[in-house]
Amino acid sequence: MDYRPSSARPPRTDATPAPSPVKIIIAGGFGVGKTTFVGSVSEITPLTTEAAMTAASIGIDDTTAVGGKTTTTVAMDFGRISLLDSVILYLFGTPGQDRFWFMWDELVLGAIGAVVMVDTRRLADSFPAIDYFEERDIPFLVALNQFDGAKRYEVADVRKALDIEPNRPVVMCDARRRESVRQTLVALVRHALEVVAAENRERDLAGT
Amino acid sequence: MSRDEEWFDDEAGPVVRPYAVTGGRTRPSKGSLELVALVTTTSHGRAVASSLDPEQRAIAALCLRLQSIVEISARLNIPVGVVRVLVGDMLDAGLVTVHRPARPTNRPDQALIEKVLDGLQAL
Repeated sequence: MDYRPSSARPPRTDATPAPSPVKIIIAGGFGVGKTTFVGSVSEITPLTTEAAMTAASIGIDDTTAVGGKTTTTVAMDFGRISLLDSVILYLFGTPGQDRFWFMWDELVLGAIGAVVMVDTRRLADSFPAIDYFEERDIPFLVALNQFDGAKRYEVADVRKALDIEPNRPVVMCDARRRESVRQTLVALVRHALEVVAAENRERDLAGT
Repeated sequence: MSRDEEWFDDEAGPVVRPYAVTGGRTRPSKGSLELVALVTTTSHGRAVASSLDPEQRAIAALCLRLQSIVEISARLNIPVGVVRVLVGDMLDAGLVTVHRPARPTNRPDQALIEKVLDGLQAL
């Protein structure tokens, strides 16, 4: 491809680094505010695209898809934030319905981590997302989206109700407010760095 | 192609199945481009844009400013799988450059995650 490690390039005189795309996943039950969250911080109006996918399409020859496998078209919302040093962050809202979860595997591939949004009126809606990211060791935090008129819960109560590990962040978030969304993303990326550091420590121990 | 344009408009809806525009292929020639792979039109792509097929011409025009595969799909209303093939061909032909994630199947390395944190804090 066109991309080469920077060491293979002639020295550049300008200071613009090659663009690096990264992504964060915004998950949670249907109607929990994922699209609002993305829209609050995205520099573009959030876009929707549809990806036609079959459950077993990944890594399988395309001709196999012809023989009666159902192809489902799945809509995903996303936004974009340009950061320093030509880093471009994409935020992807996961398709909300359980039956589309097979496509998360492609979506989460290479992601920094995930924000699992929780509506305190419907805690159970977030169980599948929490299970999904726990099983795959993907860094995530739980963001309690505060809806008007909903009973206020303490973070500690929700942590207990959702059985969240002590080292996993649980934060309050107002998906409508850009600053609140930005802070939630900062908390997630900090957590991802902690996870990476812990993994590095484990690797060092295993190597000695 | 020019004859098609005389009657083809948005209201007509798609007149060919999506994969017809890719000659039946469903993958690019060098492995599937990631959803967030970033595409920019080259000067060569700009120079020859008017002679391209409509889909590639639209991609060349859109990617004068950096766009990812999913953005191209959403903005041009072309399925992601088709965009991957079209952009793969354009890459082979030198019409675009593509910046792919450094580690497509793994979490980014620590240095890149730190850059993201710095960037979000500066936002």
